[in-house]
Amino acid sequence: MAPAEQPAWTPDQPIVRLRDVRKSFGSLEVLKGITMDVAKGEAICIIGPSGSGKSTLIRCINALVAIDEGSILVEGQEVNDPKLDKLALRRKVGMVFQQYNLFPHKTALQNVMMAPVHVLKQDRREVEDRARALMRKVRLEGKEDAYPGELSGGQQQRVAIARSLAMRPDIMLFDEVTAALDPETVKEVLQTIRQLVEDGLTCLIVTHEMGFAREVADHVYFTDRGVIVEHGPPRDILSNPREERTKAFLEQVL
Amino acid sequence: MAVVADWFRWLYEATGFNFTIFYDPYDARQMLGGFLMTVQLSVISILLSLVIGILGAWLQGSNLRLVRGLVGGFITVFRNTPPLVQIFFFYFGIGTLLPGTENQWGMRQPMLSNVQWAIISLSLFAGAFNVEIFRSGIEAVPRTTVEAAEALGYTRLGTYRHVVLPLALRVCLPALNNNLVNLLKTTTLAYAIAVPEMLYVAKQIWGSSQNVLEMMLFLLFAYVGLVGILVFIMHRWERAMRIPGYGR
Ligand SMILES: Nc1ncnc2c1ncn2[C@@H]1O[C@H](COP(=O)(O)OP(=O)(O)O)[C@@H](O)[C@H]1O
Ligand SMILES: [Mg+2]
Repeated sequence: MAPAEQPAWTPDQPIVRLRDVRKSFGSLEVLKGITMDVAKGEAICIIGPSGSGKSTLIRCINALVAIDEGSILVEGQEVNDPKLDKLALRRKVGMVFQQYNLFPHKTALQNVMMAPVHVLKQDRREVEDRARALMRKVRLEGKEDAYPGELSGGQQQRVAIARSLAMRPDIMLFDEVTAALDPETVKEVLQTIRQLVEDGLTCLIVTHEMGFAREVADHVYFTDRGVIVEHGPPRDILSNPREERTKAFLEQVL
Repeated sequence: MAVVADWFRWLYEATGFNFTIFYDPYDARQMLGGFLMTVQLSVISILLSLVIGILGAWLQGSNLRLVRGLVGGFITVFRNTPPLVQIFFFYFGIGTLLPGTENQWGMRQPMLSNVQWAIISLSLFAGAFNVEIFRSGIEAVPRTTVEAAEALGYTRLGTYRHVVLPLALRVCLPALNNNLVNLLKTTTLAYAIAVPEMLYVAKQIWGSSQNVLEMMLFLLFAYVGLVGILVFIMHRWERAMRIPGYGR
């Protein structure tokens, strides 16, 4: 029953593959032909000025935003297809938001457990064991029974990461996850993400933390006004940018 | 109990205040029946109106314009017409259209009794308000929270059930509280189609015992008590739903 024109995806092919992706909100064209390949296990960072379409770009990948033109393949599956099973896609692709967006009426542990129990219908006790392990992994042991409103921003964000990981995603999307945090708590969240990258999880990270991008990224994309201005290994893009726009942006943020 | 009955009999003889329902076994049984009928009307209508509210608010978020239009029409009709007219409409208007059966004396036996019509009518009346109340609660749930559920692969129903509704409920409990208190008091309208609830029974009793003031006093106390119990339960619920570190 699989569509004939799409050969089965194998891990040596890009796990995420964008081709000439375009998106407009009304008359505002936000993505003007984005093309990128992400290999399995790679960490890529997307940088660029505010309003350049970074959030829109990664929100297209888990179909929170529908694109107008182009193609997005996730593990060989076309996302820009009306027949796409969005829910199946979202089970594979985890997302962490700038504002954490935890479920405020549930404890930290329940937040981590909810989706595997409700969405994947997994056994509650087995999920709880895994959720407790995840709480340790993000170094929040002892905070299991706290409600989001009782946690600091950095702690909430780590719960949000654990909540995504509980679904055992193949790909993680991070949208400026440290932008709303105090400088001291930024480090603990970045440390958590760094660990995931080291574990070999595919991560697409939108960030303003240039030092972090330099350290963890295999590949950096600089976007401005809906286009990818340049991309390459972090030392090329962040230390020796070729494009004037990249230079101007980096001068501003560093 | 005999002490109570004796005291009320003495009260009548000494002062003329005639609370027949506390010493006359027949009146007592009648009023107990009326009280239980009011409780029954209230409890069933409250539960049904909550179901209607939750269902209606869910349907209002439908992608189909027709469905949204039907829910909107339902709300307009039941919110903008007097509940007494609604009860008459159902009982005399619709009730007589429905097929009936003949009972053993050859009399027409309607498909639904007046009690059932009262419950249907009251539930729809309060349910229409509940839809609006739940919708205002749903609108207060941040879009970003809903998005987080969607990103985790929740279906629309799953998001509604596990995220939107629990949060919306907390926002709209005070308004819900008001509407349910109103519903409990509105059950007296069933009087108009001869449902033997408290007001109806009280009227029958004062018709034969000429104790209008006493029956009225009793009704006031009984409703204060019933509403008090409802408010107590709602407040307990509100407290149980309070989230540490969230909101207010
Ligand atoms: N849902 C939306 N409706 C209308 N305009 C939007 C929407 N989402 C984003 N935009 C606009 O698209 C542009 C790019 O936004 P965004 O992708 O959030 O950029 P970034 O994350 O790089 O700051 C902005 O001008 C923003 O106002
Ligand atoms: Mg953004």
